[in-house]
Amino acid sequence: MIELQDATKRVGNVIHIKPTNLKLQTGHFNVLLGATGSGKTSLIKMMAGLDPMASGTVLIDGQDVTRLNTQKRQISLVHQFFVNYPHMTVFDNIASPLRVAGMAQSEIEGRVEEAADLLQLRPMLHRRPHELSGGQQQRTALARAIAKESRAVFLDEPLANLDYKLREELREQLPDLFAGRGAVVVYATSEPEEALLLGGYTALMEDGRVTQFGPTADIYRNPENIAAARVFSDPPINVAHITVSGAQAQLAGGGGWAVSDMDDGDYMVAVRPHRVTPFRTSDADVELTGRVIVTELSGSDSSAHFRHGSDDWVSLAAGVHPYQVGEDHSFYMNPAHCRYFSQDGKRVA
Amino acid sequence: MRTENQKAWFFVLPVLALVAFNALVPMMTVVNYSVQETFGNNQFFWEGLGWFEQILRSDRFQAALGRQFLFTFLILLIEVPLGIIVALSMPRKGFWVPVCLVLMALPMLIPWNVVGSMWNIFTLPKIGLMGYFLNDVLGINYDMTQQPLSAWITVIVMDVWHWTSLVVLLCYAGLVSIPDAYYQAAKIDGASPWSVFRYIQLPKMKTVLTIAVLLRFMDSFNIYTEPFVLTGGGPGNSTTLLSIDLVKIALGQFDLGPAAAMSLIYFAITLLVSWVFYTLMTKDDAE
Repeated sequence: MIELQDATKRVGNVIHIKPTNLKLQTGHFNVLLGATGSGKTSLIKMMAGLDPMASGTVLIDGQDVTRLNTQKRQISLVHQFFVNYPHMTVFDNIASPLRVAGMAQSEIEGRVEEAADLLQLRPMLHRRPHELSGGQQQRTALARAIAKESRAVFLDEPLANLDYKLREELREQLPDLFAGRGAVVVYATSEPEEALLLGGYTALMEDGRVTQFGPTADIYRNPENIAAARVFSDPPINVAHITVSGAQAQLAGGGGWAVSDMDDGDYMVAVRPHRVTPFRTSDADVELTGRVIVTELSGSDSSAHFRHGSDDWVSLAAGVHPYQVGEDHSFYMNPAHCRYFSQDGKRVA
Repeated sequence: MRTENQKAWFFVLPVLALVAFNALVPMMTVVNYSVQETFGNNQFFWEGLGWFEQILRSDRFQAALGRQFLFTFLILLIEVPLGIIVALSMPRKGFWVPVCLVLMALPMLIPWNVVGSMWNIFTLPKIGLMGYFLNDVLGINYDMTQQPLSAWITVIVMDVWHWTSLVVLLCYAGLVSIPDAYYQAAKIDGASPWSVFRYIQLPKMKTVLTIAVLLRFMDSFNIYTEPFVLTGGGPGNSTTLLSIDLVKIALGQFDLGPAAAMSLIYFAITLLVSWVFYTLMTKDDAE
């Protein structure tokens, strides 16, 4: 387990990480999800001991490592760039941390071969990095992280520089590779889709702060703020304005339903596009009528962008639906799938 | 479909013409001189390979060649490691980077004959700052105009002062191009500073280092101006390097035939050693 307590980081007068509390567990992937510059790499470097902290504490397996050197923290790090020792063979690259640790030659061989088998590097063990493809180079870096006995493995956008097919392949393998090794796995990415595919826990990062942390599926279902709600959705989540009065929510463009536990006032409501369909899904559905602006067919799904009152909505539904651009169509939405936020973006209900 | 025509050769012609005028033609005149004897008046007598044989057998040439190899060997032995050490200790970022770079580049900007005169005046006993300091303050008997050892030390120190910067700048360029990620990886592995140098910095500097060694070899093997101005090849013949000897034969004695033969031998040695260096240093990549 890695635990951060009130950890902050600054460079000069610029605050890179605002006070952060986080508990990352073993046994599943911990994904740091955020845009470039949101502080994912800063947070990793802090936990790895590569950059000093301005204040706060880092604990690894209960041990305070705040002032401990990087090499004594027993960690591994895989970068976005393919970092290997240029003049060592793949075998020596994987073995290098084990040699530094003073492991016996026979054990080194066993561990290197095990890691090489997992990553299908066996035929390349005696080649040098520059004779390998990008994917093989990155697999070598991953093998080094696996062979080493680490308490924590940091993967900083390890797939970002690979082509699409390799990325898919390696992403599928990743959870299996680290399963049962007893290390905390921290995976930084800027792609929400990766967080969903890898499962486990996700920490949403924004502007040097963790905005929400929990099981990835929970964050998907119960975002704590409007920014978190917007993260996992393609096409983007629908956000519309409602007025609540007397336990009744009313959309500006018409349509209303009953709500509970909400004071009277103006709110924002968020609904994922696939919950807005051109057909009725339940008796509780609210009907929204709007003029279709853009339609798209992708595979077997059709999406329609429509204007309802002053809000733009997107509907995404399976099947091919005959929308007419410029015509009014009816869409249906079950209020059970709505999430409510105050005007400043905080979750209300 | 295959089209065949010789048009492409026309595009190479300008370069060929240029190379012919600045390299091939002058060299062919040297070849012409090297197999003939002349007493002036544009009268030539066929000599065959006689001059080559005479040069290669002469003690004078062998001695100069030996001195030349010793000189080049010594300056490479000093300048390459020193250049690497200086490059490693230079700051990678911040205010001092441009300051260091400019300071490093200064010696290379000074004209070669000025370097020679500077060091001549600087090291003269009694008059020069260094000569005075060594003799009269430290009590070391030093006189590069009289003692071969003093002269050698001065010539070598001068060359190190003048040209180590080149190695430094090339190595520095190689060093700053190494991404931080490599150093971080080494830190995580717990690699020692020596391992970082041996397994990251040195391999990453290899290309620039090959260039540095080749340039320093060729320049030092063909060196003329600085030692000529500093010692004039003396005392005696103790610092008469190949090029100084060549000029003595060609211009001092006006023996054009032997001088031409010597030039060609000189050129062949430079080419051969450069090729050996290059092959050895790039052998790994070809494997």
